[in-house]
Amino acid sequence: MWEYTDKVKEHFLNPRNVGELEDADGVGEVGSMACGDALKLAFKLDENGNIAKVKFQTFGCASAIASSSALTELLKGKSLAEAEELTNDDIAAYLGGLPKEKMHCSVLGRDALKRAILNYRGETEAAPEGNVVCECFGVTDKQIEDTVRENGLRSVEDVTSYIKAGGGCENCHEDIEGIIRRVHQQAGDAAPGPKKLTNIQKIKLVEETLAREIKPALRKDGGDIELVDVDGNRVYVKLIGNCANCSASELTLKHYVEEKLREFVTSELQVEEVRQ
Amino acid sequence: MSRMIYMDNNATTRVAPEVVEVITPFFSEYYGNPSSMHTFGGTVGRKITEAREKTAALINANPEEIIFTSCGTESDSTAIWAALKANPQKRHIVTTRVEHPAVKNLCEHLEKTGYRVSWVPVDRKGRLDIDFLYDSLTDDTAIVSVMWANNESGVIFPAEQIARAAAERGIVFHTDAVQAVGKVPVDVKASPVNMLSLSGHKIHAPKGVAALYVKKGTKFSPFLIGGHQEKGRRGGTENVASIVGLGRAAELVATHLQDGTDRVRRLRDKLEAGILENIPNTLLNGDPDMRLPNTVSVSFEYVEGEAILLMMDQLGICASSGSACTSGTLEPSHVLRAMGVPFTAAHGSVRLSLSMYTTEQEVDFVIRELPPIIERLRRMSPFWKGASCNLQ
Repeated sequence: MWEYTDKVKEHFLNPRNVGELEDADGVGEVGSMACGDALKLAFKLDENGNIAKVKFQTFGCASAIASSSALTELLKGKSLAEAEELTNDDIAAYLGGLPKEKMHCSVLGRDALKRAILNYRGETEAAPEGNVVCECFGVTDKQIEDTVRENGLRSVEDVTSYIKAGGGCENCHEDIEGIIRRVHQQAGDAAPGPKKLTNIQKIKLVEETLAREIKPALRKDGGDIELVDVDGNRVYVKLIGNCANCSASELTLKHYVEEKLREFVTSELQVEEVRQ
Repeated sequence: MSRMIYMDNNATTRVAPEVVEVITPFFSEYYGNPSSMHTFGGTVGRKITEAREKTAALINANPEEIIFTSCGTESDSTAIWAALKANPQKRHIVTTRVEHPAVKNLCEHLEKTGYRVSWVPVDRKGRLDIDFLYDSLTDDTAIVSVMWANNESGVIFPAEQIARAAAERGIVFHTDAVQAVGKVPVDVKASPVNMLSLSGHKIHAPKGVAALYVKKGTKFSPFLIGGHQEKGRRGGTENVASIVGLGRAAELVATHLQDGTDRVRRLRDKLEAGILENIPNTLLNGDPDMRLPNTVSVSFEYVEGEAILLMMDQLGICASSGSACTSGTLEPSHVLRAMGVPFTAAHGSVRLSLSMYTTEQEVDFVIRELPPIIERLRRMSPFWKGASCNLQ
């Protein structure tokens, strides 16, 4: 079960400003049923150009509905200039925070607001800049870059939580990692996550990990392990002593040796046993 | 919670009061280790023997063919690894696209480590493409693992027929029958099923106990290597209280299978009809003719499952959903996607699963309270107005 704040629950169960708005000045729609959430936001201005009325319709989970409701409350009485300053963080903060996996609900609110303001000005939104990276949710590299920069995101998981990119087939995970690294390098931060290893570095690291983490544990059971070869991400090893005859050797290899090597070297490693 | 209507029995079940009664003394009085030499431990050992007989009887197995494990996942993993190790030269696995993660994720893991896996698809009603399965069998196939019944759709697969096809080609057949055992008759002597997983907490025993049936003559090697418990087939001191509980639960559901399933089926049918009649734009998921008697899976178009569940929760109704938001991922359940349920409907899926404790009043309550919840959420949905216009 999600850990929602009382405020999220309250806005979900008693959402403010639900419905359609007759003769709205600006209307913005984002999302789709296929994506799992969608929001239609409409506002009407008073004679001073401030938001007098605002209504929403949302298809989505509890936090999507609560975020929409919060957005409408935040917008009431604001000028368009003030409204434009609203960020997804403001929406989340109004609700006392959202679970990280649900941050995209607040982003949905901000995006609908952007579109509603564009619609009021008679402008159409330019197609998102950049090239589509995440095919499943149609997210471009530029959108990912901006989100990473604005929210200080550090992992693919974070990106998925905020704008869904990478949440489908996962084929784009490497691309997203690349974008995160690039943004942080530009910002002068230390690059998060592991750097790409050269072959020599990889072999050295495998040897070190075997010596430090794996061999002592196997020796306790009267066994041992020997590195035979490293080819790309495949590590070929030979089991010696008790390990060689152990009926659980395959489990040892996959569950223990491979996991340790993945932890200390790189997550893509595969361990193969070489039998004499 | 003041009132609770529990309709999530495919997730887990209430421990039967009769089960609680028999297991309690094993925490306080009979705490001996069944492996001990003294009479005190031996008494406990005999209780495990009895539980093994009762569990075996539920599926018409011989007691020595039952290995107690800690969970359905352990039973599944044990079975699949055992089959692979028994046939080290064979590098091919046949399973389905709708397996429980216990089998699905293990097979995906094995696929990454060099095994070839054939994923048998299902049709729109969740029925297995049996010809695809037969065509997948090769001399290189080490194991066929197909669930007896699906946890989400409730659809029952022809496990016995598949077992025979696999046996003809000398291939090991395993079935995850965690959802089927106790809900429909399962007889391991009626077909050449080699291995079968069942789980305690799905049949009113506690969590933390399960069993793996291994037909006599099936090559086997242990997953947990340790002491001589379970005749060396599963090391580790027995979870005595829970094993005794599983034995008692097996007796109870065996009785229920004889005279209780018609009642559950009638209540499920009433619930299903009540939902479909009172809520427009609702789709039934799964083959209505070949389903577990306790399960109903429906999709409400234009609304999202998590929102439905939380509103039901406000009324004390417990159910589950295959929607993306409930799973912590962004995609709806792999079962609904494999069935080709459109995304528009998969996000609004709700599963209600009954048990022998479900009452008619509870069913009536849900039939009364669910329509206004869906109506309320639909009125919030930007897609709903267009849909209702289309209906006219």
